[in-house]
Amino acid sequence: MWIKGGRILDPATNADQVGDVCIEGAEIVGIYPGGKDADANDVIDATGLWVMPGLIDMHAHLRDPGFEYKEDIYTGSLAAAAGGITTVIAMANTDPVNDSPAVTEYIIEKAKDVALVRILPVGAATKGQRGKALAEMGLMKASGIVGISDDGAPIEDAFMLRKVLEYASTFGLRVISHPEDKSLSASGVMNEGELSTRLGLSGIPKAAEEVMVARDVIVSEFTGIPVHITHISTKGSMDIVKRAKGKGMPVSCDATPHHLLLTEERVSSYVANTKMYPPLREDQDRSALIEGIKASAIDVIATDHAPHVRDEKDRDFDLAPFGVIGMQTLLPAIIKLHLEYEIDLMKVLSCVTINPARILGIDGGTICPGARADITIVDPNAVWTFTEDMIKSKSKNSPFIGMTFKGKVVYTIVRGRKVYKYGS
Amino acid sequence: MIWAHKDLIGMEALGRDDIENIFDIATSFKEISTREIKKIPTLRGKTVVLLFYEPSTRTRISFEIAAKRLSADTVSLSASGSSFEKGETILDAAKNIMAMAPDCIVIRYPYAGIPELLAQILPCSIINAGDGFHEHPTQALLDIYSMREHFGYIDGLNVLIVGDVMHSRVAKSNVYGLKKFGADVTLVAPRTLLPPGIDRWGASVCTEFDSELPDADVVMMLRIQKERMKQQFFSGEREYALFYGLDKSRVEMMKRGAIIMHPGPINRGVEITYDATESARSIILDQVENGLAIRMALLYLFLGGGKRVD
Repeated sequence: MWIKGGRILDPATNADQVGDVCIEGAEIVGIYPGGKDADANDVIDATGLWVMPGLIDMHAHLRDPGFEYKEDIYTGSLAAAAGGITTVIAMANTDPVNDSPAVTEYIIEKAKDVALVRILPVGAATKGQRGKALAEMGLMKASGIVGISDDGAPIEDAFMLRKVLEYASTFGLRVISHPEDKSLSASGVMNEGELSTRLGLSGIPKAAEEVMVARDVIVSEFTGIPVHITHISTKGSMDIVKRAKGKGMPVSCDATPHHLLLTEERVSSYVANTKMYPPLREDQDRSALIEGIKASAIDVIATDHAPHVRDEKDRDFDLAPFGVIGMQTLLPAIIKLHLEYEIDLMKVLSCVTINPARILGIDGGTICPGARADITIVDPNAVWTFTEDMIKSKSKNSPFIGMTFKGKVVYTIVRGRKVYKYGS
Repeated sequence: MIWAHKDLIGMEALGRDDIENIFDIATSFKEISTREIKKIPTLRGKTVVLLFYEPSTRTRISFEIAAKRLSADTVSLSASGSSFEKGETILDAAKNIMAMAPDCIVIRYPYAGIPELLAQILPCSIINAGDGFHEHPTQALLDIYSMREHFGYIDGLNVLIVGDVMHSRVAKSNVYGLKKFGADVTLVAPRTLLPPGIDRWGASVCTEFDSELPDADVVMMLRIQKERMKQQFFSGEREYALFYGLDKSRVEMMKRGAIIMHPGPINRGVEITYDATESARSIILDQVENGLAIRMALLYLFLGGGKRVD
């Protein structure tokens, strides 16, 4: 395959040049700045388009096994492909929980059979994600997991967290921590503040997140073991991570597109597609996160893609489940951040390519000879509105429906194979 | 008379003119309840559905009698005995009820936002009879009406609202409404029962009852929900009654002419004692009487009931 005349963007090396990309089999074999005579049958004319590494979504819920009515590995991969995502990191809160090599193998094998993109599972930190006993991290690693997380069932017990960090590091696995003190979140369903009082909805204070960010950072420093804190949403969390990084601590973190682009005002409609954990926060928090990307304090932008079907979401805000989908809006959101908030393009692209690859120690996220031929081609000038009928996921719970974006995925290529082409 | 609203979700969205309008009509309707034949034909042929997904005595009966005095047909449904028990969501239930073409749905619901969602999807009028911790506009209307009836004005009145402000839709609706009329509102509660940010609504916030009490024109006591106690909002009835209860000694601290209100139902001996409810200062039963007139006025306005009565 030959990709001709595109603007090749490689956040791993900061290279930004117009030229050709030559793919043989599953591998990139040549980058030719300025172009060269195509030496392949399959030529994609990428004139005026961006050619970049396929995106890595570091935080997604594919619901398979156990909740296939919400999403499965196939439909999740379909949504990923349409979003220019070539690697999906799948969280472990399936049923059964991915806390054993048998479940890991099921996911890996099914992905081999049906998935259009690479699916890399995360293993649970503790058996059943119950926070009591360590999961079989070594065996799961041998079966293919690339990280460890109890995600939405965060480890309450600090001793257990210490042992999880130590045990995971034994096998070279990064721990991804969902920062939430559930006793402080209590029955909250949105950000706590004047607006939650006005809407009559119980609040989740920022402190519920921040106390756990602080704890995770301190335990990480004390053990000397890196930790990745996922979906931070407050200025306070951002400050804690910045301070830790300033001291040279091996802490990394991510934020979601919805926390970067939306605020709690969205909840005023009482529509549950604005309900997720952590909740949408205030504008000052959103600004702090955007500043965090600029300052490289946020390493990764990940979707926390959390499908729930309409039957579950279309009801009382208090009773609807937490979570929103996000794969097809990840790249458009990234481009929006670049265009509207003056975030350097390479920097924001690195948050969905090379940075997650480095944190998890996986290949991909770069476009250079010898790399996996996972490539996303984008039309940066296409202006379009995200509508429900475009959604490839089984669930339609997106807070971005109706939003207009600039920049559209034209091709998604996984290991040299086109898995998505716009309009077909 | 201009009435531009399709629904009544909360006091937040009502203007002072709207409220004055409701009050004027309520006053003209009060007399009907004193007649021997307590019924006028104004809303004949109109159907009002009362959906009460949470227990209620006063509000439900008040709406039902209000509708009947105006000759509307009423159907009343509560959570127990309805398909709610079979797991049907309120949105589905409401759509089914809509298929039977009611003119108005009055809804009480344990969670916030449902009246708003119903108003968005249904063509009939929705009147919020209390949703979760959000709003209870008809209660606030009858409270403010009762204050104005008693004092003749609202502007400059010192109103204390005391108790579980955090979980009180009554308190929130009253703050919105009273501020529109220029009252000075002070919310009194332990810090555990004050919701975040309410100090930004133009009301003062205070944790001490006795320091505020002597200056108050109106003391509105809120019901303490016993189910809150197990959730560590305060230590127990004994301490609560001592610091925030309205008892005989506190009634004696009140200034001349000051009144006592309570939206009901009362927890006797906790937030208020017999001496307070039965004192000459209490207008608790006037509130109930005015509630009927207010709800008649609302049904009249929302159901477009033809000519004004005189």
